[in-house]
This record gives sequence, C-alpha cells and structure tokens, in this order.
Amino acid sequence: MHALALLAACVTVVGAIMVITRRVAVHAVLYLVVTLLALATVLVMLGASFAAMLEIIIYAGAIMVLFVFVIMMLNLGQPDSAREKEWLRPRAWLGPGVLATIVCAELLYCTSPLSGAAPVPAAITVHDVGADLFGRYVLVVELVSYLLLAGLVSAFYIGRNRAGGR
Amino acid sequence: MLAFSFNDTLLVATVLFSIGLAGVLVRRNMVFMLMSLDIMLNAAALVFVGAGARWHDATGQVMFVLILALAAVETAVGLAIIVCLHARGRPTLDADTGNLLRG
Amino acid sequence: MAEILLPLLVLCPLAASLVVFISAGRMGARAIGTVACAGVGISAVLSIILSVMLLSGPVAGGLQVTLWPWMRVAGLSADIAFTLDRISMVMVLVVTIVGLLIHVYAAGYMRDDPGIARFFGCMTLFVAAMLVLVLASDLLCLFIGWEGVGLCSYLLIGFWYDDPANTSAARKAFYMTRMGDVALLCGLLLLACATGSLRIGSVLASVADGRLPASGVNVAAAFILVGALAKSAQIPFQAWLPDAMAGPTPTSALIHAATMVTAGVYLIARVHDLFAMAAPVMALTAVLGALTLLMGACTALVQSDLKRILAWSTISQLGYMFLALGCGVWQAALFHLMTHAFFKALLFLTAGAVIMRAGHEQDIFRLGGLRRAMPGLTAAFVAGASALAGLPLVTAGFYSKEMILSGVWHVHFGLAREWTLSGHPLWGIALLGAFLTALYIFRCVFIVFCGKAGTRAAGRTSRLMGIPLVCLSVLSLFGGVIEMPDTLPSLHLFSALLDPGTPLSHADEPVWLVLAGALAPLAGLGVAWVLWGRPSPVMREIPGQAGVIRPARTGRGMDVLYDRVFVQPFRLLAWLTRLDIPGHAITGTGRLTRAASAGILGVRAGLLDMLAMRATGTARWAGHLPGLFQNGRVRWYAAWIAGGLCAGLAMAVLS
Repeated sequence: MHALALLAACVTVVGAIMVITRRVAVHAVLYLVVTLLALATVLVMLGASFAAMLEIIIYAGAIMVLFVFVIMMLNLGQPDSAREKEWLRPRAWLGPGVLATIVCAELLYCTSPLSGAAPVPAAITVHDVGADLFGRYVLVVELVSYLLLAGLVSAFYIGRNRAGGR
Repeated sequence: MLAFSFNDTLLVATVLFSIGLAGVLVRRNMVFMLMSLDIMLNAAALVFVGAGARWHDATGQVMFVLILALAAVETAVGLAIIVCLHARGRPTLDADTGNLLRG
Repeated sequence: MAEILLPLLVLCPLAASLVVFISAGRMGARAIGTVACAGVGISAVLSIILSVMLLSGPVAGGLQVTLWPWMRVAGLSADIAFTLDRISMVMVLVVTIVGLLIHVYAAGYMRDDPGIARFFGCMTLFVAAMLVLVLASDLLCLFIGWEGVGLCSYLLIGFWYDDPANTSAARKAFYMTRMGDVALLCGLLLLACATGSLRIGSVLASVADGRLPASGVNVAAAFILVGALAKSAQIPFQAWLPDAMAGPTPTSALIHAATMVTAGVYLIARVHDLFAMAAPVMALTAVLGALTLLMGACTALVQSDLKRILAWSTISQLGYMFLALGCGVWQAALFHLMTHAFFKALLFLTAGAVIMRAGHEQDIFRLGGLRRAMPGLTAAFVAGASALAGLPLVTAGFYSKEMILSGVWHVHFGLAREWTLSGHPLWGIALLGAFLTALYIFRCVFIVFCGKAGTRAAGRTSRLMGIPLVCLSVLSLFGGVIEMPDTLPSLHLFSALLDPGTPLSHADEPVWLVLAGALAPLAGLGVAWVLWGRPSPVMREIPGQAGVIRPARTGRGMDVLYDRVFVQPFRLLAWLTRLDIPGHAITGTGRLTRAASAGILGVRAGLLDMLAMRATGTARWAGHLPGLFQNGRVRWYAAWIAGGLCAGLAMAVLS
C-alpha cells in the first residue's frame, strides 16, 4: 500500500512541475488533469473519498473542461509556442525559483514533524461532511453561495459583448 | 487504506504549493498563471483534508468543498478576463502588459 | 389585532413598491401615483390607529412582534422583529404622514416624466426601508433598513441618469454614507461581541448594568456616531447632501425631511442610554453638531442656488439635532426632527413648485418679484421660512429650537473627574446659528419673492400639488404648540409623550434665555430686511467679491476643505467689516474697509498659495516611493506577496 502512496505523491509533484514548464497550453492542461487525478488518489488514501470524488468530478471534470474550452477559443498556435520559449529562458527562472525554494524550505522547517502516535484514523464519510456542512457551517455555505453568485455575475459582466465599446 | 500520515501530507502540500508559486511568478501567459494558482489552491485544500483525517474531524472536508467553490469562481472570472482581453486584440495574453494598455 | 397591523405598516409601502416596479410601463401615470399614494396612505392611517392604541388602549406598554428568526449561530441570534414604543411611534407618524404628503405632491409633480414608475417604486421602497429602520427591535434588522435607505437614496439621486453629473452625485452620496455604514457595522459587531445579542433592549440593559467596560462603550458609541454622522451629513461627511440636489425635488424633500438624513438622529436617540454612558462621545457629538450648524448656516449664506440653500440649511438644522443629542436632551432632538420634517418638506416642495413654474431657474438672483405672480406659493414659502428661522410664538420651529437651546444651556459635560465643561459656549454658537438661519432664509425670501421681477412665471400649480403645501404650512406653523417653554404657558405634551417617567422641566430657567432665543431670529429677519429687502436694498450682490465667492459655490474636494478652513473665516471677516455698517454709513468708511479686506484677501491668497506649494511638493515626494511598487505588473505584485510570506515565515522561524 505504501508503494502506491509514494507513487501517487510522486506523480502529483512531477505533474505539477510539468504543468508549469510546458510551452503548449493544452499539454499543460493534460498534465494538470494527471496531477489532479493523482491528488485524488492521495485524498482517497487519506480516507477522504468524498473529497476525492469532488476533486475528480468538479476539478478534473468541470474546471479543466473550462480551461480546454478557453484554450480552444484563444486558438494559440506556433508563434505562441515560440514566444513561450522566449519567455521561459533559464534566466527568468532564477528569481522565482529562489523565492519558491525559500518559501518551501521555511514552510517545511515550520511544520516540523508531529511527534507521538497518531490516533487510530477512521474514514470520514459523506454523512459526517454533510451533517457538518448543513449544521454548523450553514452560514458559511450561504456565504459561499453569494460568492458563486458574485463570480457568475462578474464573469457575465466581463465577458459580455460590448457593442460599440473599445 | 489510510497509508498517508499527516507529515507526508504536509510535505507533499508544501512542495505542491511552492511549485505553484514558482509557476505564478515565472509564467507570463495568464492561462498558465491561472493553472499555477489552481495548483496552489489544491495544495491548501490537501492540508485541510490531511488535518481533518489526522484529528478525525469533518471540518477538513467542509473546507475542501469551500476551497473548491472558491477555485471555481476564481477560474471562471479569470478565464472571462482572459477571453475578454483576447477579444480586444491582446493576443499574447502577457500579464506584464496589463499596465500598458487600457482594456 | 395590533400584532397584525404593525407588520402591515411596513408591508403596505413595500407591496405598493413591488406593484409599481413590476407593472412598469403597463400602468398610466395616474394609476401609478394612486397606487403609491395608497400604499403610503394606508400606512399613515395604520400608524395613527396604532398610536392611538399605544397611547390609550390595549398595548400601552409598547408592542413587540417577532416575524421570524433570521439567524441562529453560536453566540449571536437575530430576529426580524418590530417594536412599537413611544420613540418609534413619533418617527413612524412623521415618516408616514410627511411621506404621504410628499407622495401626493409628487403625483402631480412627476406626472409627465417617462420614468414615473421607477420613481414611485423607489419612493415607496424608500418609505418602507425607513419604516423598517424605525421599527426594528434588533440592531441588525435596523441595519437592513439603514442600507435600504442608502440604496434608495442612491437610486433616486441618480434618477435622471442621463446626466453624468447626477450619477456622480448619486455615487458620491453612496460612497460617503458607505463609509459611515462600515463604521456602524463595526460598532454593531463590537456590541454583539460584548453582549451576545443585538436586540436593542438587551444591549441597552447590559450597558446600563455596567457589564461592558467603559472603553468598550466609548468605542462602540464612537463607531455608531460616525455612522450617524455620515448618514446625517454632519462634519466631516457633509459634502454629499448638497450634491444630492441632483434628484427630483420630491426626492430631496423626502431625503431631507422624512427619511434619509433623520436616520442618524433617530439611531442615536434610540440608543441614548448607550451614549449616556459615554461622556466623551457625547461631548464630541455636541461639538460636531455645533460646528456643523454654524458651518452650514455660513455656507447657506453665500449660496445662490435655491435648492442648495435649503440643503445647507438642512445640514445646519441637523447640527442642532446632534447638538441636542450630544447634550442629552434627545427629546428635544426628536421634537426638532419632527418640526424640521414639516417645514423642510414644505420649503422643498414650494421651492420645487417655484422652480418648475419659473422655467427651471434655480439661481435666486435670476428669480425675483415672484410675489405678485404666485401669491399662494409665496405664502407657503414664507410660512416655511418663518418656521425654519424660528420666528417666536407663531411657528413650530421656535418651540423646538427653544427646547434645544434651554437644554444646551443647562448641560454639563463630565468628561473626567474634576473637569466638567459647561454648555454655555455651545449655547452661544446655537444662538448665533439661529441668527444666521433667519438671515440666510430671509435673504432667500426677499431676493426671490420681492424686488424687481426676474424670470417670467408660467402655468399654475395644480391642486394635487397645492393640497400638501397647505397641510404642511399648517403643520409647520402650529405643529409646535404641543411643547412650550416654562416661561410661556408651560406645556410638555411632547416630552411627556416620549418619556412619561422623567419630564423635562427647567423651572429655574431665566426669562432672558427664552427672550434671547426669540430675539435672535427677529434680529436676523431685521438685518435681512435691511440688506436685501428694502425697495433699494443695500446689496443685491456683494460688490467686487464675485471672484471669492465662486469657488465656494462650485468648490469640491480639496477646494471645499480650503474653503472651510481658510476662506470662510476670512470671508466672514471681510464681509463683516464691509457690510455690517448698513446703508449710508458705508460710503464714509467704504474706502477703509475695502483696503482692509483687500489686505486680508491678499494675505489669504498668499497663505493658500504657500500651502498649496508645500502640499504638492510633499505629495510628489511621497508619491514617488510607492510609485515604484505600483507598476501595474501582476507578477511583481505576486512576487511582493511571496517576499512578504518569506519574511513573515523567517520571523516565525527565527524567533
């Protein structure tokens, strides 16, 4: 079992690295799907099968399809690829790489390993999540629904066809 | 079934977060920036789920659902902006030219 | 019975608003006006019935209706609940009755406007929101009404949205009141955290018990005060109200008289027990009110736009109310609120009719001699003006202003141990304000209605518009006799109505106090007559100062600040030195005063120039540094965020 866990974690990380280094947007999207699927496996191994399902259905399913649609609409071609190569020269990686490495090191240092035996874990079922979601956190769910509504309205506003505009 | 310890989860999440951060900082194409942001959000969500499993609390997955909603909104608005900019004759989607042209 | 009537009071205008909105375009102007007036009218009738029930009948102790629980989370619960007690009863009566009169007038005034459905939908919604605000028994429920009032004022000020000036005025009003709303929300959250409830009764009870620390009470009261200041257009938020004139005139009347700006006064009166525990905030309220009333009166004196004069006079009168609130005589503040609602609605509606008939001319210097063309409107305007000025005995404004003045005279602010502040200087300011009030409003009366004819008046005032004017004239002349000073036939119906337990009684009030309050408006009237009223008035326009006054009329933003801080006192000085000497004596000393005021103006200009140079220099220097960071590149911003994360984590690691 542990081998599968190691494999899933490795695929996740490698997939993420591939996402940020691809020159062609569609390749990146495919790698991102792979990353998300591997992440779903990790979630299953954490006992969160409901979260894993959501990850696959909503993230890898819906949001990624959105990306694919937009990339199709944008119709990026050969010159874009060349330009991406130009933008991705090794020098451009220097600053961000250093910054990200420092953040990573500091985070790892801060989250020093928890000692002591972990309590015997048990899977958290959909039932628990639903009871919490609509019991304790019902106000938060309302707020999130407002957030979704606001996102919907603003996406509609931004994307509307402005006849006679600039 | 539960093969991951919390420490492993934190490690994976930290690495994922840093990769996403590097992606946001290094890519000039806004589509890639959005994808990197999604990676970062996923890393945060992973920590929540891991903590929920560690202390056996459903709150972790509740937070995961909320982050999912947030990611959906963020992606929708971001892609709408990208499409809008592209339609106005900004074919390169270079985030650095956002200050030069009035969209 | 009463439990059903109370929600209906709010539901009627709301239903009328919905009907008008939904039927937009499919109903005639007359039908729309009828529906709106009916909604507010039923509400007015209900409010009268409920008041009778409250005062004499079955629900004497106050009425409490919980409609439904709004939210229940740990540590906080909020209901949609209405309370009718004596304070809210007075407000409900004012809002519905004055609102009804304004609606009837508006049905005539807006008859030919294509957007009449939108207009009446917003107006009735405005009344409904104000009723929610007034009746709410929960501060969070009150906040709903508070925001609803803000929204409706935005919609109505920008009613003629074709003109960018109107929409920008609407936005300005919205933004400025929004700042106050944030402060109010902060105050409410503080109270909610401290007491676990936002029900007004329980909050006030726990404050009175001393369960809250004094600092907490002070901070919460200060936040609520900021919210009220923004809503009521007091210093430093006064700038939005004059611009709110962009809306149709009935809107201005509604905003100024019945709904919007009175909300701040009502809120503080509602939580007066909280303010009574916060002495510094009370003193601040009183001082800001006094400053505002003086500033509003001074500015109204140099305006030339009829509606703007009235707007500044509203700010000034609200200053009186805040002064009264700050001095703890909230009964007087509510009394003045009521009489002010009557006469300010009357003034605005009359001004609207005058402007309409004079071909949409708002400049008082181009109007003139309208006395002969429209005698009825003149009588109504003079009635309103006398009430605003507070001419003794015959007007409502006199009694309410007198009540405030005597309350201010008796107050002592106990700011700290061994350090009390007497209210006498504030009384002096209020008296000066009364003089200036009479001066500016009768300046307006004499210039517009007397003198030589200006624009030609056309048309007639329709009966629909006339009836509300008559009603309001009667109310603003005789609505004040229910409360009289002790030296007159001592009558305290209003304060007994509000607070039967502790009647305000100033038995030791000296006679000269009332006499001073009565003479100040008369003096103002006399000076106004000398300056603008006589057949050959001393001044139609202030000679040679047009260049100074213009920035005051059009000034915005920084100009306004400069205007308030530097120009006004200098101009007042120059104005006094030049004009205090009436008529014939002016020739003798004219040269001297002219030289003096030229000197003052020169100093002023030099000072302003110097300040402006210093300010721009500093701003440029200070703006250079952040400019490096604000380069508009998203990735750089992200990098700064990541850098901040690095630094924060490093601090966490190293410490």
